[in-house]
Amino acid sequence: MANFPFELVSPEKLVYSGSVTEVVVPGAEGEFGVLAGHAPFVSVIKPGVLIIKGDGKVQKLFVRGGFAEAGPQGLTVLAETAVPLAELGPGKLAQMIKDAQEDVEDAKDDATRLKRQTVLDALKTTAAAIEADGRTAH
Amino acid sequence: MASLKDLRNRIASVKATQKITKAMQMVAAAKLRRAQTAAEAARPYAKRMESVLGNIASAVSGGPDAPLLLTGTGKDNVHLLLVLTAERGLCGAFNSSIVRLARERATALLAQGKTVKIFCVGRKGYEPLRRQFEKQIVEFVELRANKGVTFADAQAIAEKISGMFQAGEFDVATMFFSRFQSVISQVPTAQQIIPATFTGVAAASGAAATYEYEPDENEILADLLPRNLAVQIFTALLENGASEQGARMSAMDNATRNAGEMIKKQTLTYNRTRQAMITKELIEIISGAEAL
Repeated sequence: MANFPFELVSPEKLVYSGSVTEVVVPGAEGEFGVLAGHAPFVSVIKPGVLIIKGDGKVQKLFVRGGFAEAGPQGLTVLAETAVPLAELGPGKLAQMIKDAQEDVEDAKDDATRLKRQTVLDALKTTAAAIEADGRTAH
Repeated sequence: MASLKDLRNRIASVKATQKITKAMQMVAAAKLRRAQTAAEAARPYAKRMESVLGNIASAVSGGPDAPLLLTGTGKDNVHLLLVLTAERGLCGAFNSSIVRLARERATALLAQGKTVKIFCVGRKGYEPLRRQFEKQIVEFVELRANKGVTFADAQAIAEKISGMFQAGEFDVATMFFSRFQSVISQVPTAQQIIPATFTGVAAASGAAATYEYEPDENEILADLLPRNLAVQIFTALLENGASEQGARMSAMDNATRNAGEMIKKQTLTYNRTRQAMITKELIEIISGAEAL
């Protein structure tokens, strides 16, 4: 399968840069997979798991806040948080969920509350998915 | 004339000072390397962000429902000056040059009859500005407790600013910080952050492919512009951090050299005085012996 250049960038550093076969991105309107030669495309991402497949290896990272840009030069994902799942303890995610919960409660108007609720839901789904994934792996 | 003991004390104290400045210089050099890598590591993110945003912005701008963060309120009556400085002094003209730039801008704006609001980040900018613009300062953030600047710090500042903007508290926001060029040169810079500007992107985006957006452009912009604000502030904070260490390093290098010169001069005086005293004592002894 054809490879394409992929970069995962967080504000603090370049997290991943290399040639990959497929990347699955948690888009705001649903997960989508990107293969080589994808049409030019920009999407906001929601909190979730980003899966990188290349060279027979699969890497999973938790990403939050940002967007993905697929173009002729390959795929670039900009995320405010990007942590490999192995480094993300269950406590950290639980803390994020708690914070998000508080954010929802603090929201002053409906639009903000709706937006924050979406974030919270996405975080919960991710936590559940990671847990399920962890159980099958062991 | 100072006695020998005084001179000895003075030399010892200058030597102690020199040791301190030397140590500070070395600490600054080590911190500078770290700050520089951090600033460099943040660059790809900011660059990508700007190019994507520039792309979308050029497609959307002019539209009636384009977000206010991009187009501005259409007025420029109230200006917010975001002044980013260090928490510590002893770094040459670093803090004062940023403050001077901000102060000049504030005075010019006030002379034009505009309203000025000042948002200070860092104690060393707050203190001198408070003397002159006590009433204009609306916010003051201290980053003292934190070891390094994290993205969360920048995000908190950005949230405060966009909150104020949403509440209609200002029309134009400008950020003052020091751009890091090299260890010996830091350039105090003023950068407009609201309404957002994209320098040099418009030309490049002409050739770029037409993108498909999900959700649509306006929604993406509404999500990305506040993020971009945080990224810009984060980049500025990192540049500032590197500049501060660079400025401190060269200031401390100068101080160390000056202390060295002072020690040399004082040692010379000390030796001269000592010799003069020996000569005087000898003369006294000899003339005493001759008198017998």
